[in-house]
Amino acid sequence: MRTDTRVAKPPPSKKRAEPEAPPKPANGLLLCLAFLLPPGLTPRRVRYDRRYRTLDKYRFIVGFLAVPLAFYALFVVSPFLQAIYYSFTDWSGGPVANFIGFDNYRKMWDDERFWDSLEVSALLLVIAPLLTLVLGMFFAYMITAGGRHRRGQAIAGVVGSSFYKVVYFFPQVLSVAIIAVVWGRVLNTNSGLINGGLEKVGVDGPAWLGGDHALGVLSLLTVISWSFVGFYVVLFSAAMGAIPKDIHEAALLDGAGRARTFFSVTLPLIWDTVRTGWIYMGIQALDTFAICLVMVPSHVLKVTPVFLYERFRDGQYGYATSIGVVLLVLSMVFSLIVMRAGNRDRIEY
Amino acid sequence: MTTTATTAPRPGTAADAPHEKGSGTTLNVFSHAFLVLWVVLAAGPLIWVALTAFRPSAEILSDPMGWPASFHWENFTNAWNKANIGQYTVNSLIILAGSLTGTMLLGSMAAYVIARFTFPGNRLVFMLFAGGMMFPVILALVPLFAVMENFGLLDTRAGLMIAYIAYSLPFTTFFLTSFFRTLPTGVQEAAMVDGASHTRTFFQIMLPMAKPGLVSIGIFNFLGQWNQYLLPLLLNNEDEKSYVLPQGLASLAVSQGYRGDWGALFAGLTIAMLPVLVVYAVFQRQVQAGLTAGALK
Repeated sequence: MRTDTRVAKPPPSKKRAEPEAPPKPANGLLLCLAFLLPPGLTPRRVRYDRRYRTLDKYRFIVGFLAVPLAFYALFVVSPFLQAIYYSFTDWSGGPVANFIGFDNYRKMWDDERFWDSLEVSALLLVIAPLLTLVLGMFFAYMITAGGRHRRGQAIAGVVGSSFYKVVYFFPQVLSVAIIAVVWGRVLNTNSGLINGGLEKVGVDGPAWLGGDHALGVLSLLTVISWSFVGFYVVLFSAAMGAIPKDIHEAALLDGAGRARTFFSVTLPLIWDTVRTGWIYMGIQALDTFAICLVMVPSHVLKVTPVFLYERFRDGQYGYATSIGVVLLVLSMVFSLIVMRAGNRDRIEY
Repeated sequence: MTTTATTAPRPGTAADAPHEKGSGTTLNVFSHAFLVLWVVLAAGPLIWVALTAFRPSAEILSDPMGWPASFHWENFTNAWNKANIGQYTVNSLIILAGSLTGTMLLGSMAAYVIARFTFPGNRLVFMLFAGGMMFPVILALVPLFAVMENFGLLDTRAGLMIAYIAYSLPFTTFFLTSFFRTLPTGVQEAAMVDGASHTRTFFQIMLPMAKPGLVSIGIFNFLGQWNQYLLPLLLNNEDEKSYVLPQGLASLAVSQGYRGDWGALFAGLTIAMLPVLVVYAVFQRQVQAGLTAGALK
């Protein structure tokens, strides 16, 4: 860092070529021009100017930042900002977008379809993190602490722990669209894996995705948790592995059982990871889109992002963006609540 | 990662007590039972899809749970040729080649400048990139569509690549900035003293040094972009021939239903899943580390 000011003098070999005559200082205009010239074409008296170092540095910074920043500003930042503006307009895709204040939000308030979709999304937001994190923590603890005791070890991982983690992580490397198609087949009423299995034991399986609202939500929850449990097993078992063994040993010496050790020792020590995971999972659940769109027939139920997408397809651009803004606010409120509620003194170890 | 690493046996700890040994064995059986159960649940649907891909469509409908009586490879040729899975795979590969290269190049360039140079606005640029990670993509959906349309990039490969790059930049830049910060400053200074230009120092000295970080974020972006569904659905929805793999399979799930050719759908799913799972099984440690890094941002 800051190499620029330290080597302001020309290299010694060049000095010999021009004995003792320090290069004349370049004028400002020449320096400005040098900003655009490649170093090979820059006159020597400019290159040996004290200010050239700074110029060279800024030229490099601008050159390296220009393209990434331009891409980012044009295709990410500007759409986000536009979204907030368009949510207050009646834009329908054409060149005209009239400012209509909070009309879109008022319309949303009176729109039953919006509330129906929000009910599903809210259920996912509340239940999916709970289900996924509890399962993830359970399996992570089984992997790190469920092993047979070896001599002298207070706590031991199970045999084959990395095999378990590899298999659990499978769904994480697949596309959500593919997961949705796979589960669409698994849950199919007549030719699905689940009902096919139930048939073998003489039970008529229900139509999971056939129209029943509760079964639809249950299916969505199952698929979302199924795809994320492995992620949290890996995350939590890494966090649990980082806890010094002495702490577990001390707890066992004091007579704490496995469950007690988990709730009084392990959980408080990995709390930061749990809280971060909670927020991350909640946002993932709220953003559920592809699974619902591909897997669940639209007459059964919709999550709010799918409702937004349908309004976009209808050409109600302004209304669609206002739904997006509501989703953003919801995810921020959710993060804040979890941050606040989960705030505990950090335990250093 | 886990606590399986053996420590030197220390006699006299709690674990030596006989009753503890007994409970340990019970717990061990118990925990393996649950762990195996989830293996079945996690891998079951995927194995079912792979097995069913070998069965004729009529059989699948009458008995979904059955084993393949004989191996029907024609499901795979049907999927590859008639159901366009071959075309979709090629599309995905072309898009990924451009977008992954672009993401890594632009991301590391921006990250290097942010991490290693002091200039006015440095902090602002960093916060701008970091802040982008908090916004759900669905919010940008509608305006992004309009922006792409205005640039004439809608339904083009270049447009999709640019969108992938732009939406991968925040996390890539954020991750690589902290990685470049950990690299020693001495090497960079030495290169500059020896007369290397800033650009040359970056490409020949700093990038090779940052290889571990580049591999992690590269895997992260590879999977994220290969599996992307929302952006192609929005920006690449005009011509069915230009679909990428996840998009193609989602539309196949609908169209094969009409045709009653479920065999080809299962074969297509297998073709799409298998390479990713094999690559993952080989690089599992890096993949797990790369993907979980996303949650700890």
